[in-house]
Order: sequence, then structure tokens, then C-alpha cells
Amino acid sequence: MQRIGVFVCHCGSNIAATVDVKKVVEMAALEPGVVHAEDYQYMCSEAGQAKIDAAIKEKNLTGIVVCSCSPRMHETTFRNAAKRAGLNPYMVEIANIREHCSWIHKNMEEATKKAVILARAAIAKVSLNTPLQQGESRVTKRALVIGGGIAGIQTALDIAEAGYEVDIVEKTPSIGGRMSQLDKTFPTLDCSACILTPKMVEASAHEKINIYTYSEVEKVSGFVGDFTVDIRKKARSVNMDKCTGCGVCQEKCPSKKTPNEFNRGLNTRSAIYTPFAQAIPNVPVIDREHCTKFKTGKCGVCAKVCQAGAIEYDQQDEIVTEKYGAIVVATGFDVIKLDQYDEYAYSQSPDVITSLELERIMNAAGPTKGHLERISDHKAPKNMVFIQCVGSRCADKRGKSYCSKICCMYTAKHAMLIRDKYPDVNVTVFYIDVRTPGKNFDEFYRRAVEEYGVNYIKGQVGKVAPQPNGQLLVQGVDLIDNKQILMEADMVVLAAAIEPNKDVRKIATMLTASIDTNNFLTEAHPKLRPVESPTAGVFLSGVCQGPKDIPETVAQAGAAAVKAIGLLAKDKLLTNPCTAKSDELLCNGCSTCANVCPYGAISYIDKEVNDHGIRETRHFAQVNSALCQGCGACTVACPSGAMDLQGFSNRQIIAEVDAICR
Amino acid sequence: MVYSYYPGCTLKTKAKDLDAYARACAKVLGFELEELENWQCCGGVYPLGSDEIATKLSSVRALAAAKEKGQDLVTVCAACHHVLKRVNDDMKNVEDIRFRANNYMELDEPYAGETKVLHFLEILRDRIGFAALKDKVVKPLTGRKIGAYYGCLLLRPSDRMQFDDPENPSIIEDFIRALGAEPVIYPYRNECCGGYISLKEKDMAKNQTDLIMESAAGMGAETLVTACPLCRYNLNQSRTQEKVPVVYFTELLAEALGVKAEAAETNAEAAADAKGNTKPEADTDKTEDMQEGGTQS
Repeated sequence: MQRIGVFVCHCGSNIAATVDVKKVVEMAALEPGVVHAEDYQYMCSEAGQAKIDAAIKEKNLTGIVVCSCSPRMHETTFRNAAKRAGLNPYMVEIANIREHCSWIHKNMEEATKKAVILARAAIAKVSLNTPLQQGESRVTKRALVIGGGIAGIQTALDIAEAGYEVDIVEKTPSIGGRMSQLDKTFPTLDCSACILTPKMVEASAHEKINIYTYSEVEKVSGFVGDFTVDIRKKARSVNMDKCTGCGVCQEKCPSKKTPNEFNRGLNTRSAIYTPFAQAIPNVPVIDREHCTKFKTGKCGVCAKVCQAGAIEYDQQDEIVTEKYGAIVVATGFDVIKLDQYDEYAYSQSPDVITSLELERIMNAAGPTKGHLERISDHKAPKNMVFIQCVGSRCADKRGKSYCSKICCMYTAKHAMLIRDKYPDVNVTVFYIDVRTPGKNFDEFYRRAVEEYGVNYIKGQVGKVAPQPNGQLLVQGVDLIDNKQILMEADMVVLAAAIEPNKDVRKIATMLTASIDTNNFLTEAHPKLRPVESPTAGVFLSGVCQGPKDIPETVAQAGAAAVKAIGLLAKDKLLTNPCTAKSDELLCNGCSTCANVCPYGAISYIDKEVNDHGIRETRHFAQVNSALCQGCGACTVACPSGAMDLQGFSNRQIIAEVDAICR
Repeated sequence: MVYSYYPGCTLKTKAKDLDAYARACAKVLGFELEELENWQCCGGVYPLGSDEIATKLSSVRALAAAKEKGQDLVTVCAACHHVLKRVNDDMKNVEDIRFRANNYMELDEPYAGETKVLHFLEILRDRIGFAALKDKVVKPLTGRKIGAYYGCLLLRPSDRMQFDDPENPSIIEDFIRALGAEPVIYPYRNECCGGYISLKEKDMAKNQTDLIMESAAGMGAETLVTACPLCRYNLNQSRTQEKVPVVYFTELLAEALGVKAEAAETNAEAAADAKGNTKPEADTDKTEDMQEGGTQS
């Protein structure tokens, strides 16, 4: 018979305000096997843990139940406390009476009743617990970074500096990401390329960093410390070793009508291209969809002009398989599509542009060589209107509920740069709120208003109407003056909301990392573990986790790197002993379990057995506990009940259900 | 195909031509508009009060009548379409309204939004198809530059009306193309004409319609086409110098299908009958509706 101790936590008033904890103690003490029950204000505190320690020793407890918060929060805390007191840590059960009870209920009587039932179920389970021992697994000392923007580059550099090998996988032909498209950066107005390109060069030259550009992660298997990843290197059609980056092929390529993604479609590019002049690697790719050679078989100009003989039309995609100990996701963002926002006439007038398009127009290497002009007639604008929160903080389904965070600052930057360079241009900004928390941010915004005379109007724009004379009539409201505003503009700039890169869903699925309703990757804990995914060994860097600017992205990239380094620094990891185990006496070798196992952890062995004097060879399932993640799929699928999950056995689960229904 | 038809009061008074052309065109296009018996005024405005029941009942009656006949319910007037569609939506989705309305109605079988409400334009787009419509055109309106004027009622609220993209609609432009004319896209085609505000604050409505007219004329529209009698009335009140004539979409359709003259004749006869004090039957029990319709125009 087990000797069970029950510890009920008040969690300040989090639990005690809704659940009568004394009553829970009283009821728990009546359960079979319970020899000790007490409550305390904060069971997780040092004093609380000391109470557990003392009770285990004094009452010689063989199992404990802690009625507190979610096991995701403090299961490890209490397991460690039990271990210190000499109890096997797997003899600890948590009854979640906070998230599952006090936080979601209002009525004290009902909540108390439920808390008692949850405690009872945990007591029933712990009565059947058996001590389990953790195993060990090795750590591959190499990290994978998915995404080669500033977040990915910074994470890779930090990991590499600590002495570990890092691979960056970047989907596009060059690393650099969104930051390479920007002109200036707030709040210091330094040139984006001037601070980014040295980092790109550093990453590409670093002996510990290996960069796969024009490549995508295809498949991920394994677990923390020992991931196996298939990387698809898309056929570049250009030999990377032979190419000298002279650029003649791009000049001579006759098909130059492909919209230039890097310039947000404001101009066109050739079918063989590097996205931008400072691309790393400086080796072009052939866009097979738009290349005449690939479409009709006739052309081949690039191969003819290439002195180095680097053009290889017959290149095929290649799959590289690598092992990694840690994976960092740094997949970044894109701006939303504006086809749901036709009141701003984005699809109707080329002079209505997004802020990212304006970045390209302002950039000296952009489609207008940095000269501010309208796309429609190349005339210099006299009046410009900026509209904030296009698709951000949006109550209806077409937009995003969240604040995109960076728009207030980059709009202040744009407004200031334009007023500085072209003082005769009138700049008006329509805003809901101006949000500028950040070091030197509000000072920056106030400079735009006070020194540069940018006209900020609190209110939203209802319509942008292209006029017959080519002007844009902006119809808005001034909430402070309480009046309607009609003003003509030559250009309208929309601060479109940002959203996670489209591919993040696919990647999250491969990594079994969770994502929220907006497709941002979820942190293990929003405050205390902000750069870790709940999936062990997967870390988050940059906007894939939530909107952030460059300083924050770089800070988070460093934090993700530190977490990855912490993992790579270990030689061995303790494994979870709650794995599946097959009972040879019951297994009939049907292989149903192997078919449902998502981790490939089940194999079969043939074994000679002596069944009442009859010697025969039988086929048995065998679980590789290093691969098993304890998901329990096999235990449900097994038709003969041979498969059981240690720590969550069928008997234990049924005992819990019985206790709840009693 | 036979549809239940809800003409509405305005189509019986100030917008008789909208009705007459619609019926004539339906014949050519091979479907029948069967006018509901004893239909009542929809109220002209969808009642926004969430506890408002009485003003929704006339719509429920029409909807339930169509259900009984097993037919889809068709409207031509944008305002009637708006009210019927939204009341139907309430009957389908809002339990409280459904329960209380059915309590009042005491129908043989409770009504729960089963009827499909269609606008005449939706029949052209979704049932007949603009390509098929193009084949039926005998007098294409080649060379004419026509601007669509949508107004609000067909488009908004878009999640309820599910008619077209509220900010960049295309159904009437596609319709104009099918008739052989050239659609003129101008930004104010989905702006409010002022609606009933023209009863109280004439200037405000005129400000709106001035904007719309100037925008349409500036983009080169020679004719504006609408589905709403009130929009047409307001647009005609605009103070713009260069007024663009505003016609109902059914008139253009009748013209392209070659039945305009015939329909106009029937319409004139009906008008003459009305003048000659031989009141149409339907009017006797709808005196109030007549007044309602009257104030609209």
C-alpha cells in the first residue's frame, strides 16, 4: 500500500479565492492511502517545498499529489523537491486546480467540488505509479537556423562564436531578409545596408557557419539533441564554384519582364538574377518559370556569355540530410496582401503604395535610384498622405487583431526623411494612436512633428479616390477637431500590417512546434521562456514569434542562440522515462502500433519462446525508448492491450476515470 | 424557372419602369417572376434595433410565402432586397428573433430562414451567367460608356449581404460588359448617396451626390446605372453642372434585349390606367405603402 501525501496550494488568491482549500485537504485526507494532507499559501516557494520535504521524510511517503497550477508550470519543481527528499520524481502527480478549475469558475461551491474530484483522480493515479528512471541520449553538436534574415544571421553568428557548427537554410537566393530591403533604420537613421551587409559577409566567411541558400527544409525527424533534417537544395542552374559573379548573364538575358520581388514588383528583373547587388552568395539563379530556355528550349544566351562556363541547365534539386542538436526558427514576416482593402485604392492606383514599397523607392539601389517620385508618371509628389494601421488592430475578419508594432516608428522615419530631403513636400499622417515605446523612440516621433513639421491627424481614412486628373482624393476624419477631411494627395502610403511568413505553418508542422491563431510561433512561456518553443530543442528568433523591430529582433536572436548553446554544451541529455513498453505475453505482432507511431520508435523482433512446453518463434513489438516521445498513440491502437505507456498506464488512466466518476 | 417576386411599393408607384423592364427581360431570358399575393411593404429600412420584431414581420410573411411555394424570392429594388435578405438572415441565425417572430406569425410551419433571397442581378450572374446573357443580347450597347452606381444597400454589410466585394465590386461592370457597353470605373461608385437624409438635410445628400456625379463624369461616364430608386432620386438632385443621366439597370437590359419599346408601352398603359382613376387592385389595401413609397421619391 502506498503512503500518499497531498499538498494543496492557495497560489495566493489565484486558487484560494475560488476553491475552499481547507475543504480539499479535508476531503483528500479521507481517500485510501492518504496519510498526510496539508495546504499552504505558495507550495512552489522554498517554504512550501520544505513542507513537502519534511512530510516525505517524517511520514515516510511513497507518493505525493500536489494540487496546484498546470504541470507545465511546476511539475519539474515538485519532482525535483521529491528527488531531494529521496523520493523517485515519478512518484509525483499534479492535480491542476488552477487553470482547470479556479481560473475558469466563479462559483466557490462548485469549484471546490471539482477541485476535490481532480485531487481524488490524481490520488488514484499516484497509488498505481511505479518509480521510473531517466535514460540518456546524446547531443549532436550542430545547430540548424531556418531563415537567413537578420534574426537568423545573428543567431547563427552567436552560436558559431561559441564554437559550434551552424547551418543556415534560406529559401531565397540570398541571405539578408527584409532588412536588406530597407533604406534607413529608426531611430538613428543609419543606413540599413551599411549595418547589415557586414554581418552577412561575416556569416558567410565564418568557418563554423555553412549557408544553404535557395534551399528549404523538407523533413524533420528525431528529437531534442538528435534531429535529422532533410534539406532540399533547389536547382540553381548555376554552378556555385565556377561562377565569378561578374553579372554578364543578367545583363544579356533577353527575358527581363519578371516582376522584381526584391523591389516589391515596382520594376522587373531578368530570368537569371541575383536579388540585389550585395547578395550573398553573389551567384545568380535561373528562375525556371520565366526563363525562355526552360519554357521553349530556345535561347541559352546566359550559357554562351558565361566566361566561367558556370551555367548548368540540367541541374536537379538535391536533398541533403544533416543531423542537428538544436533548431532555431527565424522565418520572419511579410506584409499582408491588400486585396481586402480596396477603399484605399491600392489595386486601382499605382500611386497608392505600401511602406515597404516606399522603402525601395527611397533606396539609392531601388527602382527610382532613391529619387522620390510617383510610379504612374514619375513626377515628384507635392502632397503625401500616410495611413496607419492598414489591417492592424482590425476588428473584422479581413485584418489582424494585433498591433504590428513597427509601423508608427517607420512612418515617422519616412515622414522625417521626406521632409528633410524635400522640404516643399507636405506630409500628413492619419493615425489611431501613435505608439512609440522604445529607447529614444518617442523623442524621434516628436522630432518628426516638432522639427520637421509633419502633420499628424488623429483619425482614420475611409476612402482614397483616384481622381480624373491623376490626384488621389483622401477622405478621412479628424477626431480631435471632429470634422471630415477631404484632401488631395499625389501619393498615399499604407502602413500594411505584418504577418508571419506563409511557410511557417509548414515548418511548424514539421517541427511539431505550436503556432497561434495568427500563425505566430508560440513560446514555451510568454514571460519566462520567450525564445523557446514548447517543443524541446526548438527555439524562436525574430518576427516568427511576434511583431518586433530590428533591435528587439537582434536581442531575441542572441537569446535564442544562448538557449541553443546551452543545449549544445551538454554531452548527454536525460530522457523522459514515460515511454511506451510492449508486454511480450500479450503482443501478437500485428504491427498496428508501428503503423501509428509518428516517431518510428517501434520495430519488431523474432524471439523463441517456450509456451507450455511448445517451443516456437514469435514476432514481438519492441520500443526504442530513445526515439519514443510518450505520445501514447500506440497504446490506443494496440488491439490486444499489450502496449502500455509507463507513467500513464491504461490501469492508471482507468483509475483516474473511476475516481472522477465515483 | 419560376421565382417568387417581391416588387415592393416604389416599383408600384414612382419606379414602375424598373418593374416593367424587369418583367419583360425575365420573359426573354426564360424565367418567370410570379408576384407574391398580398405582399406588404418591407418598411424600406432594415430595423437595426435588436428587439425590434413588428417591423420585420412583413418581410417574414413574404419569405414564408415563397417558402410555401418552394421558390426562391427575387427582388429588383435594392432597398427591398436589403431588408428581406437581412431579415431572412436573422430568421436563420438569431434564435430570439426567430422565436418571437414565429410567435406572432402563427404559421402552419415555423419559418427559419429557408427561403433563398436573390437580387435580379444575382440571377443574371449566378443562374443565367453573363456569358449566356451576352448571347441573348440583340442590340448591343456598343460604344456607350456606362458607370455602375452601387450605393450601399446591395453591398453592405458585406458579411450579411454576400453580394460582392464592398470596396471594389464588379457585378454591375460585368453586367455592362455583357450588354456590349464599356464600364467606367470611378471610385465613388460604392459611396452612399445620402439615402433618407435627403428628407431632412438636403444639402448633406447633395454634397454626397455632387461628389459621386463629378467623379463619374470626370472618369468619362455618359450614363449611370443603378438598382435603387432612392439612389436614382438623390443622384438626380445633384447640383453638378454636367449631370449624367441615371437609369435603372433593367432599362439598359431591356434595351439590349430588344424589348424596351414593348415594355415602355405596357408601362405607359399602366400609368394611364392609374391616372384614369381605375386604381389597380393591389393598391386598395396598400394605401399606406403608397405613401411610404411616395416619400422615397
